[in-house]
Amino acid sequence: MTWGLEDASVVFGSRTALDHLTLPVEPSTVSICVGGDGAGKSTLLRAIVGLVRLSSGAARRPQKKDIGYIPATAGLYIDLTVDENVAFCAGAYGVRGRELTCRSTEMLERIGLADARTRLGGQLSGGMQRKLAVGMALLHRPAMLVLDEPTTGVDPVSRAELWRLISGAAAEGSAVVVATTYVDEAHRASTVVLLEQGRSIAVGSPSDIIAAVPGTLGVVESTEQPQGLSWRRGKTWRVWAPSLDLPPGAESLQPDFEDAVMIAALADEQKIEIDGCAC
Amino acid sequence: MWTMIVKEFRQLKRDRRTLALLIVLPVLLLVVFGYAARFDVSKVTTIVVGPQAEAVAGHLHAPFDLVEIDPNGGRSLAESRLQDGTAVVGVVTGQTQIVALMDGTQLFAVEAAESAIDHMAQAAKANGAAVPAITVQILYNPNLTTSWIMIPGLTGLILLFIGTLITSLGIVRERQTGTIEQLAVMPFRPWDVIFGKIVPYLLLAALDLIAIVVIGMVLFGVPFVGNVATFALGALLFLLVTLGMGVLVSTVSQNQGQSIQLAIMFVVPQILLSGLIFPVSSMASGVQWIAYVLPLKYFIDISRGVMLKATPLTALWGPLVVLAGMAIVVLGLAVLRFRRDLAPSARRGRTAEADSKAVAA
Repeated sequence: MTWGLEDASVVFGSRTALDHLTLPVEPSTVSICVGGDGAGKSTLLRAIVGLVRLSSGAARRPQKKDIGYIPATAGLYIDLTVDENVAFCAGAYGVRGRELTCRSTEMLERIGLADARTRLGGQLSGGMQRKLAVGMALLHRPAMLVLDEPTTGVDPVSRAELWRLISGAAAEGSAVVVATTYVDEAHRASTVVLLEQGRSIAVGSPSDIIAAVPGTLGVVESTEQPQGLSWRRGKTWRVWAPSLDLPPGAESLQPDFEDAVMIAALADEQKIEIDGCAC
Repeated sequence: MWTMIVKEFRQLKRDRRTLALLIVLPVLLLVVFGYAARFDVSKVTTIVVGPQAEAVAGHLHAPFDLVEIDPNGGRSLAESRLQDGTAVVGVVTGQTQIVALMDGTQLFAVEAAESAIDHMAQAAKANGAAVPAITVQILYNPNLTTSWIMIPGLTGLILLFIGTLITSLGIVRERQTGTIEQLAVMPFRPWDVIFGKIVPYLLLAALDLIAIVVIGMVLFGVPFVGNVATFALGALLFLLVTLGMGVLVSTVSQNQGQSIQLAIMFVVPQILLSGLIFPVSSMASGVQWIAYVLPLKYFIDISRGVMLKATPLTALWGPLVVLAGMAIVVLGLAVLRFRRDLAPSARRGRTAEADSKAVAA
């Protein structure tokens, strides 16, 4: 493991926010942490960058000058212009003079904000703000980039642009860790950790997680919810049987990643261990 | 409407700080201020010098509080005691006449002393007693101009306002918007962030201070007869205390509303209990001690002393040392608390890198 968490726990009072979690973070890869609200995604990222102290376990991270981090709530100063935000961020990492001019011009052109240099951060749309925040976090070419829900509340076009930036950073050698609530973003990762109440219910590559799905998945075309463990997906129902026996009327189906996430959550509820995945 | 009222009470019940501000604080302030808000001065510190010092001192009764009687001393001794604040009245006795020098920066004490001298003269006249006539001479503020006394104090109040309220708002805004987390991860040392936040307010307050003093001198004719460097030193120490209070307030506030509430709790008592309006000496002894733990009291001693009385540095070492001590304690506490926000993983001696090394080992 180059960076990341190893058997890390974070306890706030009587509440365990992270429970013996391991997440390797390697250069040139994207690791994604998927989970619902309160699952512990932000705590995981904050533990990686050193914002929360671990109760047990260990965290590996590069020096601060090699980290780029955006919390879920911010990323820029709304009362500074785009140029002023970039200059502050660059100055903090020692990027100055010609280097700053070159990098900021290139970055602002890449994120489509070259004509908005004098606009206040608060006057930008939500998507533009997040793109600028990610651009600024990349400006010093960090060895590790940690982004907390960078695409939440962002329109689909901006989401795609943001992911282009994030993937580009990984392609240039950064180790990227992203927290998201969007399951469909997980296929972009080389490592995915599924979080539930601070616990990892599955970790591995998307294909590993799909391959490790226990039991049998079926599909039922019906208006009524079938018996057993089922959930709606489009016009059909998915039914999951922890054993090999599907209920009558269900056709067997190969799970995709979204199915795998649902099954992992159900298996966690049913206390069923998923082979090959750290649960 | 009922639903709204119930909702509002539920929110208030959970916002204990506001509740305290609404219920406990007014009661507390009423009791404290009730005892402190007095203009009548019962004690006027007095020094009597000159050949007839013993005899004249025998005629001086309350409110005169005799702190020194020196038959060998002269006018210069009395003036130096007034200048360093040891006495408010200096009675200089000669062979033929008696002069009562009064410190015009102590408005209410001077009024009480003048009134007492008038009463003494009238009583003596009525009794036919031979009490020597006392000539009153008011120093430093001969016309007892209120603005001359208020403006040096107001400079402190404005520094307090900027230092505590504006600084805390500036820091809490970083916490509220989440940018403080980014600062903590950036390659800044905690000191860089702390001083980076404090220094702009320090400079701003210094500029404000200069503007207030100049405006006070130009518009209100307030004199500045003392040493500028002594005044600047006092102002710097006082500002460090107020900035420290601002940082402390910010570390226990989650949003700007809370920080304003707390800052008010810091600022209001200082306005009323530091001697800015009501003389500390007239406060009931039960609340008088409060004035002595408020930094504004010491800055007022310095600013009035330097601006109006040309009090030298050597006579102001007391308030300067107290302010320096307060600055170290308050700013130190503030920095430690703020540092905890900026480097949580560095607590108990473990640095972020140490986390990593622990695994590597």
